[in-house]
Amino acid sequence: MISAFPHAMPVEGFMGGVLIGLAAATMLLGLGRIAGVSGMAARATGIADSGAPRNIAIAFVIGLPLGAFLVARLFGEVQVSFPTSLLPLIAGGLLVGFGTRLGSGCTSGHGVCGLSRLSPRSMVATALFMASGFATVAAMRFGGLL
Amino acid sequence: MSKVVIALISGLLFGAGLAYSGMADPARVQSFLDLFGNWDPTLAFVMGGAVLPMAVAWMIKSRLASPLAATSFDLPGTSKIDRSLAIGAILFGMGWGIAGLCPGPALADLALAPKAVLPFVVAMFVGMAAHRFIPVSST
Repeated sequence: MISAFPHAMPVEGFMGGVLIGLAAATMLLGLGRIAGVSGMAARATGIADSGAPRNIAIAFVIGLPLGAFLVARLFGEVQVSFPTSLLPLIAGGLLVGFGTRLGSGCTSGHGVCGLSRLSPRSMVATALFMASGFATVAAMRFGGLL
Repeated sequence: MSKVVIALISGLLFGAGLAYSGMADPARVQSFLDLFGNWDPTLAFVMGGAVLPMAVAWMIKSRLASPLAATSFDLPGTSKIDRSLAIGAILFGMGWGIAGLCPGPALADLALAPKAVLPFVVAMFVGMAAHRFIPVSST
């Protein structure tokens, strides 16, 4: 608990982060691939023609909700709260889907895997999507949408 | 161990980490991006926690001729910085901010709040599919 940020979860955040890092390390050292969720999801659904073998991508994608389900079972309910209207979910989903394909990655591939690799390409992508995220939420806040 | 099992374990650890860290919660992620509101720094701790084991993994990788359960490494290049990368990242950041969701948490939330996240997941796959059909020059 950080007194200035009463809702922050630094310990859980860090430990959950380590699990995410171990997940990506398992993919890298075990199968020689980047654990990039957008790429795996596109491959699992057949939207992408190239990338991981289909069965690898499908297994990884199925693991995501299974892992979340296990945490909810072991540690109690996981707090999630969603936008109340459909518009931000649909607009956000379209932008995330299109943008991650065009930009070849998301928070996992460029963020976790690329930054830790010191990949210039991923550093640029991460800086841009972070800046864009900050600017978008600021615009929403000053536009009275939050 | 079969490749599929390793991929499933990787996905399981990933989904567990997202749920345990609070990153499955769109409101919390959006709060991290909300510098002018009730800023929540949790996401920075998650990134820090995730990058550390991965940095070690990249060091181990440099000493391996091949991955433990596959014949060769199949990794993207690190140097190509073009217009597609930039525009894609900016569009992704916009969607991330608007909904508080990126692909990993969205898929993990299928187990935690399936009805709530489904519109996002469907729209995300529509967006991914749209990219196939909309030609974008990368020069």
